[in-house]
Amino acid sequence: MKFLRIKAIAKKEMLQVRRDPLSLAMAFLMPALLLIIFGYAITLDVNNLTTIVYDRDQSSRSREFITELTASEYFTIVRHAETPREIDRYLDKGMARVAVSIPYAFSRDINAGRTAQLQIIVDGSDSNTATIALGYLTALTERYSLKLSGGRGAPGIDTRVRVWYNPELKSRNFIIPGLIAVIMVVIAALLTSLTVAREWERGTMEQLIATPVKPAELVLGKLIPYFLIGYLDMAITVVMAVFLFEVPLRGNIAVLAVISAVFLFGGLGLGVLISIVTKNQLVASQISMVATFLPAFLLSGFMYAISNMPPLLQAVTRIVPARYFVAVLKSIFLKGSPLRLLVPNAIFLLIFGLLTFVAANRKFKKKIE
Amino acid sequence: MRKSIERIKQMVIKEFIQIFRDKRMKAIVFFIPVMQTLVFGYAVTTDVNNVPTAVYDLDRSPASRELIRRFSSSGYFDVTFSADSTSQLQDALDRGSITLAIQINRGFSTDLKKRKPTAIQVLVDGTDSNTAMVAMDYVNRIVQKYGKELSGAGVPQPLDVRSRAWYNPELKSKNYNVPGVIAMVIMLTSLLLTSMAIVREREIGTMEQLMVTPLRPAELILGKTIPFALIAIFDVVLVTVIASLTFHIPIRGSLLLLLLCTVIYLLSVLGIGLFISTIAKTLQQAMMATFLYYMPAVLLSGFMFPIENMPTVFQYVTYANPLRYFLVIIRGIFLKGNGITILWPQMAGLLILGIVVITVSSLRFKKRLG
Repeated sequence: MKFLRIKAIAKKEMLQVRRDPLSLAMAFLMPALLLIIFGYAITLDVNNLTTIVYDRDQSSRSREFITELTASEYFTIVRHAETPREIDRYLDKGMARVAVSIPYAFSRDINAGRTAQLQIIVDGSDSNTATIALGYLTALTERYSLKLSGGRGAPGIDTRVRVWYNPELKSRNFIIPGLIAVIMVVIAALLTSLTVAREWERGTMEQLIATPVKPAELVLGKLIPYFLIGYLDMAITVVMAVFLFEVPLRGNIAVLAVISAVFLFGGLGLGVLISIVTKNQLVASQISMVATFLPAFLLSGFMYAISNMPPLLQAVTRIVPARYFVAVLKSIFLKGSPLRLLVPNAIFLLIFGLLTFVAANRKFKKKIE
Repeated sequence: MRKSIERIKQMVIKEFIQIFRDKRMKAIVFFIPVMQTLVFGYAVTTDVNNVPTAVYDLDRSPASRELIRRFSSSGYFDVTFSADSTSQLQDALDRGSITLAIQINRGFSTDLKKRKPTAIQVLVDGTDSNTAMVAMDYVNRIVQKYGKELSGAGVPQPLDVRSRAWYNPELKSKNYNVPGVIAMVIMLTSLLLTSMAIVREREIGTMEQLMVTPLRPAELILGKTIPFALIAIFDVVLVTVIASLTFHIPIRGSLLLLLLCTVIYLLSVLGIGLFISTIAKTLQQAMMATFLYYMPAVLLSGFMFPIENMPTVFQYVTYANPLRYFLVIIRGIFLKGNGITILWPQMAGLLILGIVVITVSSLRFKKRLG
């Protein structure tokens, strides 16, 4: 392998990249845009639950309970219903997500020491929000119930909870580290998946074949400019995450730098491999979307916990490189894990990178002959 | 008028021939949306179950064992091991092999028997804040229920809360996510195909050849978008059938209404594909521009993240996103059985958006032709 030839190919690729400033701009715009959206717009934190209250009791007790509801700041009462049918209407139309129905005998039962009823209806379509809403409501009603009983009755079991790594349960701290992986996968795939196919379609590939350039040199040369761009993208993303969004970075930055380089190499290699195998830009774009972006987004543990998935799919995630990188990122950012805990993940990424490189070489050889 | 339709028809046929000339495209256009839906449907779940858990039981009494039994039989927690020390728990949390650790101290059951207040310790890995919150809630529920049963045999509780979840009583997240996935998948496929098909024509140089035919610009636009509309509609039907068969998603509303709304939805989507084709000169740019639009569109559509939790500024931005309206429609039809009477505001919004987008894109397209 001659370094000179690799350098020449890299230079040519760089020139071609520079000739397409729009793509380059988009390559840098995309991470910034994604970070802004994930950092500012998106939150898994649930509050501002639109609630409709149907108070048949209209007593000071029922009003006391309603005050508890609004005081929690999770629930926003949008309507005091006058008929039960309003509950149907509001939930059907999506104008309210929660309905609280206080029966006629509410305060009478409480004052007489009997058990009072409370009816809660939740819009279950968004099950995540519904589950969390029910959680809030359970806690709220328990507290209220305790207040009513004034401490009489046997004390129950108190659950003392400590939350590690992300004590305020900020969904941002959860999302942004994994986001870095997704951004890198998207950039890597977008940049490289069309590069070889494009040369075939334009006819310049035959010219390249006529040169003494060997397949390995061609692949490496093509990777280098995109590696630089991708790595710069990643650095910008990390800087924004730490300084703009105040995501804690408790681990070792040097380790982060090295492992990301390995991951990027693998991601770019996969893009080039797709490009080599498909030789058609339209097909390459569709395949790269399915083979790189979707797994990174859905199957990497970035947003959706792998432990929640069915076992078959969990097995599938083992061959998704993004899964290992997301674990590494979360460890380094939030847990500050020592190196030895990261080594298994890092090794997998290294193997993946080497495999894609070898596969790209092999496949390319075949097409020439 | 008849000549016009004939010309459009010919263009559509040519487009289909071109797309399917590559045999792999057949697979891609039909197989990939199906596969995406299946993967999404299974992977995208916010249902919390089988949370890897460890227990550290210092009490070792029937009471503590019963509590632990309740945790493992709930289905929410997968009790993987019993620790012998707190450092074991900490190590497992650090490594990520468990998400939750429960510690029951000595004196737990004696306190319960003496009716003294007692406590258990829970350590939770907050990295995945969503799972952590839901898991904590489940822990709480199980513990509270156990406490009530032990103490409250004769004592009446002040409040009896009955809660029900409508439309999706078992709170299965797939019922919420899979219909959304259908909308997402259709958008991506249509966007990519439309923008890239037009740009490729320009790259190869056959666009100029088309321009010297008697084709009028409007006919050209129609000829370039109708094939993808047809493919998209076919995909919607295909994916809906598979989704309901595989995931048993209820379809409580009218499928005809769904098709109608899909057509309106496609107005916007194809319009955006058209627009992208006017700013992209190469296929690479078309692909990047598609993604640049697609990712924010999905994130800010209410697909995964409820719009009402977003800052107000972003909530206003979502009004320009066709996916937002279509998601409400498709979820309404599947889960709530909503009809036109309830969905008409969404349909109107989608229609207006579609007309605006198509008009702007067509004008821009015509300008670039001339």
